[in-house]
Amino acid sequence: MSVTPYNVLGTRPIRHDGADKVTGRALYGADLQLARMVHGAILRSPHAHARILRLDTSKAAALPGVFAVVTAADFPPAAADKIVDFGEGDMLLSSLRGNILASGKVLYSGHAVAAVAAVNAHVAAEAVALIEVDYEPLPCVLTAPAAMAPGAPLLHEGLANGNVAEYIRHEIGDLTAGFAAATVIVEREFDTATVHQGYIEPQNATAFWSSDGRVHIWCSTQGSFVARDATAAVLDLPVSQVKVTPMEIGGGFGGKINVYLEPVAALLSKKSGRPVKIVMSRRDVFTGTGPTPGSRVRVKIGVDTAGKITAAQAWLAYEAGAYPGAMVGPGAMTVFACYDIENVLIEGFDVVVNKPSTAAYRAPGAPNAALATETILDEIAEKLGIDPLELRLRNAAKEGTRRADGPRYKRIGCVEVIEAMHASAHYNAPLPGPHCGRGVAIGYWFNIGLPSSATLSVNADGTVNLIEGSTDIGGSRTSLSMQAAEVLGIRAEDVHPTIVDTDSVGYTGVTGGSRTTFATGLAVYEAAQDVVTQMKARAATLWTAEEVDFSGGIFSSGPNTLTFAQLAAQLGATGGPVVGSAAVNPRGAGGSVAGLIIDLKVDPETGKTDVLRVTSVQDAGKAIHPAYVEGQMQGGTAQGIGWALNEEYFMDASGDMRNSSYLDYRMPTALDLPMIDTIIVEVPNPGHPFGVRGVGEANIIPPLPAVANALYRAIGRRLNSVPMNPATILNL
Amino acid sequence: MKAFDYTAPATLPEAVGLLVSQPSARLLAGGTDLIVQLRSGRKEADLVIDIKKIPELNALDFDPIAGLTIGAAVPCYRLTAHLVIQSHFPALAEVASWIGGTQIQGRASIGGNLCNAAPSADSIPLLIALGATALIAGPGGRRTVAIEDFCTAPGRNQLASGELLVSIQIPTPAPHSGAAYLRFIPRNEMDIAVVGAGVAVTIADGVFTAARIALSAVAPTPLFVPAAGAALVGQPVAPAALEAAAQIAQSAAAPISDMRGTAAYRKHLCAVMTRRALEIAVTRAQEN
Amino acid sequence: MAPKVQVQTTINNEPVQFLCEPRQSLLECLRDVVGLTGTKEGCGDGNCGSCTIKLGDRIVTSCLVLGVEAEGETITTIEGLAHGNTLHPLQKAFLEHAALQCGICTPGFLIAADALLQKHPHPTEDQTRFWLSNNLCRCTGYDKIIRAVQAAAVEIHGAPQ
Repeated sequence: MSVTPYNVLGTRPIRHDGADKVTGRALYGADLQLARMVHGAILRSPHAHARILRLDTSKAAALPGVFAVVTAADFPPAAADKIVDFGEGDMLLSSLRGNILASGKVLYSGHAVAAVAAVNAHVAAEAVALIEVDYEPLPCVLTAPAAMAPGAPLLHEGLANGNVAEYIRHEIGDLTAGFAAATVIVEREFDTATVHQGYIEPQNATAFWSSDGRVHIWCSTQGSFVARDATAAVLDLPVSQVKVTPMEIGGGFGGKINVYLEPVAALLSKKSGRPVKIVMSRRDVFTGTGPTPGSRVRVKIGVDTAGKITAAQAWLAYEAGAYPGAMVGPGAMTVFACYDIENVLIEGFDVVVNKPSTAAYRAPGAPNAALATETILDEIAEKLGIDPLELRLRNAAKEGTRRADGPRYKRIGCVEVIEAMHASAHYNAPLPGPHCGRGVAIGYWFNIGLPSSATLSVNADGTVNLIEGSTDIGGSRTSLSMQAAEVLGIRAEDVHPTIVDTDSVGYTGVTGGSRTTFATGLAVYEAAQDVVTQMKARAATLWTAEEVDFSGGIFSSGPNTLTFAQLAAQLGATGGPVVGSAAVNPRGAGGSVAGLIIDLKVDPETGKTDVLRVTSVQDAGKAIHPAYVEGQMQGGTAQGIGWALNEEYFMDASGDMRNSSYLDYRMPTALDLPMIDTIIVEVPNPGHPFGVRGVGEANIIPPLPAVANALYRAIGRRLNSVPMNPATILNL
Repeated sequence: MKAFDYTAPATLPEAVGLLVSQPSARLLAGGTDLIVQLRSGRKEADLVIDIKKIPELNALDFDPIAGLTIGAAVPCYRLTAHLVIQSHFPALAEVASWIGGTQIQGRASIGGNLCNAAPSADSIPLLIALGATALIAGPGGRRTVAIEDFCTAPGRNQLASGELLVSIQIPTPAPHSGAAYLRFIPRNEMDIAVVGAGVAVTIADGVFTAARIALSAVAPTPLFVPAAGAALVGQPVAPAALEAAAQIAQSAAAPISDMRGTAAYRKHLCAVMTRRALEIAVTRAQEN
Repeated sequence: MAPKVQVQTTINNEPVQFLCEPRQSLLECLRDVVGLTGTKEGCGDGNCGSCTIKLGDRIVTSCLVLGVEAEGETITTIEGLAHGNTLHPLQKAFLEHAALQCGICTPGFLIAADALLQKHPHPTEDQTRFWLSNNLCRCTGYDKIIRAVQAAAVEIHGAPQ
């Protein structure tokens, strides 16, 4: 056991919201009941691309039990267009509005067209069925290559180039010279299908538009402040007129950053004068919220005889869905981010297609790109006769490595992750038998900072109350409380965290970008330091001392000592309450590298893949609560395996999603996965006082290529499309 | 979901009377298909008749002479837990544990699986292979239909207006018989068969004396392939015989391409699933 | 709207009467009529298991049960798993093993796992995964859930002989 300088960090306390969540008391958005509340439902387009010729809601409005009907015509007059920033991704206000309720044209099957509020959800659904819409169907286009082809149907007027909304180019060095210096060059092209985050809790929102003009929203969101700001933008209200109370959130993975229902519920409330709750059905979630882009990616890598990458080129075309914003930017940032390469050209295309407008999904854009890079490196390693991890080690990015899109790395854990993979029991164990294959891959995610705020108030019994604004998807109440406890020298259980509404805490960015334990953690750390400073002053007053030390939870000055709790009991007599607070906007988010080792077995007659053994490795900087770090690694790995093997939006030629249920979307069940072993690597992030790196995302990057590499060893053929499902494996 | 009335008759004549007076009524047993279909709008009902209070439809009886009687409303979990079914009809116990997951099996019935008449229904190929029959009651009395004749099109069955399924009868297998159902699904549970094969064989002195083979998800209805079973009869138990029967089953299949698999892939799987199911059935027959 | 029907049940050892329309699912009745919102809805077609309850002697997805069918039935929901303020060993094990992240699937897993341990006091890993395959979790990759169930089995029934 290594000696730790910490008392609380690295331990595994019970999460603070645990009792509520195992007894059913925790309140999620759909659980909210308000007096006089009515229920909303949404009419969605059956067409992937069509002009709306006529929209008549009169029969719906006349149905007994219906309180209000809204369409895009109920939005306030269009203000000047602007960018709505969601923290992890952004969107033009016009696009956001267009996605929330279609106007003029529908751009995907599932596109919201109108909404109804009624006495209950059944009547609301009946009313929706009474809305009459005449559509003029238009030709649809469903993939990036098709949308980029000359003569493709156009979704929007005025994009940069047909259906291409944005072109990205990063270039360093001399690509031609780099490839000329290579002895082995491999170039391959890959397609990946659209996949969904698959959070179990459907989107929901309740709104009450009060007679005083303020709008109160209760919803399932990764960011109460971005939900507030986006809703205010759509409704053309000052942000202070909207208050968002974040309910418990049943998963998000990036998909609950954007707003879909909140402005609609607000408009229905304004019309009906009642609180309006809307809860999506599972089909609504699949067809009406943002999945992650399908893509076509072409990558070419050259390596010299020493196993050094001499040049790398990537061409990335990502499907944005109906509105620009395909997360091709992060794809371009990360495609070669694990490696130190002198000569690089990366081109990215953000392509609109007639599918749901895409959203963030755990390291958005990165898995699509890493699939290409990491399988090509596997192939090159084989051609050169080098161990695939050794080839990665020879090229691993380090402190000072310049990435093609500009930044130079501070300290990162790429080498350490690869070394941990290489040294693992798993990597050194034999494969269990025939038709089995082992694959490895690594991935990098840069992580983000963004603003966070926190307040700590000291209780007379020596505990503290933590007020914060980061919605807790995976145990962040506890990882934040532990940081406060560490600073204050108290137990994690002595911190009582509460996540409050947007009126009650300073601005806090999304729970996304792997930022919460890092950035809100930093805010909590700073707030705790503020508490310490104030408490020292109280001790100085008590002791009439000049200098007070604070160490290991003990205030001291000369012979005088008081524990944190003892001093907390005397605050009343020394000037009253102590409240520490901090607001931060850190830039030092340390990127995280993750690796995966996976063993698979393929049934040669059916093409079915069984996952035999999995080891996920990731640099956490400092694992505050190791169990929840492992949980992130295991969860991202499971999602990546599902993405690799079976998940996809199965669209017919008309753009209808045919498998919009959990039965046919085929996420992994408990029976589809083995235990997921984890190895936490800790290379401290210099941008955080405890060295924290966010661990939420990088773990989903390696599974796609690791599965592809393992399958190659099991079946002797390299696959170039995802999902790598049984029929694909048999080429049938 | 559109509004409907609900009633739970206590006797079969009452249920038949309700069906005659309200032909658009829907029957509810486990509800794992019906409630999903009503909610999605694929089916509508003015009246839902819950048949679970009718004693005969809840019967689960075994008699060595009469065979096994499975009331139309008996949920799968009762079959899985039934000791006689485990020992005499292990393939049936398996199928009952594979339809949906644990919770679905708490409600879903084999009778419902049959009446829902999905081409991919897991239980139907096995019932066909086991030579099962459906006992139907209606205003004109009772009649019996062979399971292979029960389904007429996707979602459609032999039941005439006013009729309902009372029970499924499975004859007691002859000595040295074995049966198996195998399906291919991309996940390991909670999936719809891409292809399923139900088989039953009887062996005497190393030679097949009877065999029945049926497939799911390869035709508009579960597909009985008499020729595949006939090809086994008289043949010694050997891999070549199994493979030949599997090939006949494969050629009888006329699958479509959809989100669950391409036609070519399904066609390929027919032979694999049939052969593998036969291997299990042979082992069971040799152990009996 | 069809007339409402009165339904008499026993929920978590207490007699409960509620009124519902025939089209209302038992899940909807539990959540919106009785006020027991611990049981969650994730899909509405029986495939995620979030709405798992114990109905009589077996577990079911309550989204696929009509409220009117609950007449005379005995129901256990997540709110009835603990004994007063004492958590059930499964609830404790889920906390100790960090077997939940977002927590939305947790009530369904706990009810399903409770039924498993009543049927199989010492389930193997494979039995556990098979039994729980009607419960989807998207956060954990199931690892810590399986470990928690195994630990609870030992806590309840002692180490396997």
